[in-house]
Amino acid sequence: MSNETLSIILFLTFVAGTLAITVWASRNTKNATDFYAGGRSFSGVQNGLAIGGDYMSAASFLGIAGLIALYGYDGFLYSIGFLVAWLVALLLVAELLRNSGRFTMADVLSFRMSPRPVRTAAGVSTIVVSIFYLLAQMVGAGALVSLLFGFTSDFAKGATIALVGILMIVYVVFGGMKGTTWVQIVKAVLLMTGATLITILVLSEFGFNLSSLLNDAADQSGKGKDFLEPGLRYGTEASGLEGKLDLISLGLALVLGTAGLPHILIRFYTVPTARDARKSVLWGIGIIGSFYLLTLVLGFGAAALVGSKDIAKENPAGNTAAPQLAEKIGDIVFGDAGGTILLAVIAAVAFATILAVVAGLTLASSSSFSHDLYAHVFRKGKATEREEVRVARISAFVIGAVAIVLGIYAQRLNVAFLVALAFAVAASGNLPAILYSLFWKRFNTAGAVSAIYGGLGSAIFFVTFSPVVSGSPKALFTDVDFHWFPLENPGIVSIPIGFVCGWLGTILSKEFNAEKYAEIEVRSLTGAGAEGAAEH
Amino acid sequence: MSVDKSASGTVYERFQSSTEFQELRRRFRRFAFPMTAAFLSWYLLYVVLSGWARGFMGTELVGSINVALVFGLLQFVSTFVIAWLYARHADRSLDPLADKIRGDIEAEAAGKPEDAR
Repeated sequence: MSNETLSIILFLTFVAGTLAITVWASRNTKNATDFYAGGRSFSGVQNGLAIGGDYMSAASFLGIAGLIALYGYDGFLYSIGFLVAWLVALLLVAELLRNSGRFTMADVLSFRMSPRPVRTAAGVSTIVVSIFYLLAQMVGAGALVSLLFGFTSDFAKGATIALVGILMIVYVVFGGMKGTTWVQIVKAVLLMTGATLITILVLSEFGFNLSSLLNDAADQSGKGKDFLEPGLRYGTEASGLEGKLDLISLGLALVLGTAGLPHILIRFYTVPTARDARKSVLWGIGIIGSFYLLTLVLGFGAAALVGSKDIAKENPAGNTAAPQLAEKIGDIVFGDAGGTILLAVIAAVAFATILAVVAGLTLASSSSFSHDLYAHVFRKGKATEREEVRVARISAFVIGAVAIVLGIYAQRLNVAFLVALAFAVAASGNLPAILYSLFWKRFNTAGAVSAIYGGLGSAIFFVTFSPVVSGSPKALFTDVDFHWFPLENPGIVSIPIGFVCGWLGTILSKEFNAEKYAEIEVRSLTGAGAEGAAEH
Repeated sequence: MSVDKSASGTVYERFQSSTEFQELRRRFRRFAFPMTAAFLSWYLLYVVLSGWARGFMGTELVGSINVALVFGLLQFVSTFVIAWLYARHADRSLDPLADKIRGDIEAEAAGKPEDAR
């Protein structure tokens, strides 16, 4: 049996299993709390796994392993921002959000504000961030199928994007938060198992001596000791001061963006208490941290055993490093059949990874559309739960369909920058609004609206005129050049703009509601009045 | 009990100004704010050194293991340690007090339903 056939069988098994979960979840999804928050009935450990499943995208798994395999140390440097970011969520956001909100990020932001403008802004930001991230994942799925199965035609890529899109729509429309969470839990377990297995095999090949692994990686990379030091990918000496500022900008966006990503924030609502939210972030940090440590070995292992040149030949961005390593290490340890099996396993895991992440993104954006824009803005809070859930399902379908069409249209474009942009928007618009809402007494409607639109608008504005959109060989549009902003990541400028806009908007408006501030402050810190687990 | 029932305002306003709640808030902020400043500075130091102090970062310590790798791994260690410290702090100093205040609020709300919106 070829590795492609085996991969497809494994992947279909995953699909069958997750569809069975979805059927079960749909029978247990009766009201809005079930659909949006999985009945708040997940344990801290379960939600911690789901956080890992939601967060570790194919960009992390294949992308970071590939970055390390091609550029060495800088790939590792990139991964660290994604981990440290979780401390912002743990210390400042997770528990307070769980205590004071119900279903979406906007619940907390609009708590003491005039609801319609704030929910509109938060809904727009949620949908924009989620669609950016979603599009990057969908196009990635199309690229992955050609890498792993050798289907290079546009039709095969388009068909894969459509298949991924249809499955994610099914998970979300029928399974809601319960189905999506279980898909993410299963994926997290598969991904961690697969990555751990290959890491152990690689380390055993080097007698569990990290130094000798690094030494071989440096030799095989063709770059010598530079491969083990920062500077081959980010802030290269050739890129000068701008390149180094870009590195800081990227680091800031990663570290401050996570706690403002809507699909991550809604995970905190799926547990019965703030204490479980804390426990789930602790588990999430453990899983995500371990995963990036495994990725470090996978990346350097791929450089050492496969060689950077052979990886770059297969895919210039290095995305095939992990699958190529799986095949190689399987060959070395178990012979040809072992290589075939391990490659098939990793390919199937990569697809499971994409599905779990896109389902989380679709759920976050459709929840926000229905709960924030439809129920509170269009219907002014008069929609029934039934109507809300129906609209959430319809919007999941529509958002999924739009993502499929955009994904197929964008498959020839370089959209990898959209992931970093999603983090930058979340850090510039959402995070200032969340932190001010929770901790600044004077904060008000004008402040919340200015923080979100100011941060969102400036991040998108600067990226539009940056080298990732035009004026460089890897840009979105290669045949025009209208760039003047020197950095690839807008964070270093747009994050301060978001915070300043929020402050300025606040002090320019006289509105201030002491009564509601007392309520959100007391509720967020004590859990008084918070909704517990749904009872069925 | 430290909540002055004769004071005006909502349940939440009265509890907000209670000494117990002020203490809870102080304990929360005294840990969370300085720690956030600390780990953000520690991370930025790492990124800045990766950009501007490449000679130092490339210094080899043991075999092929250099300062950059150890510094990066220390970011993992510090993240795990801060998470563990916060869990311990919350468990010991925040949760018991938060539970007490929450119980008082809910008891008062049950007694005076017109205030418990």
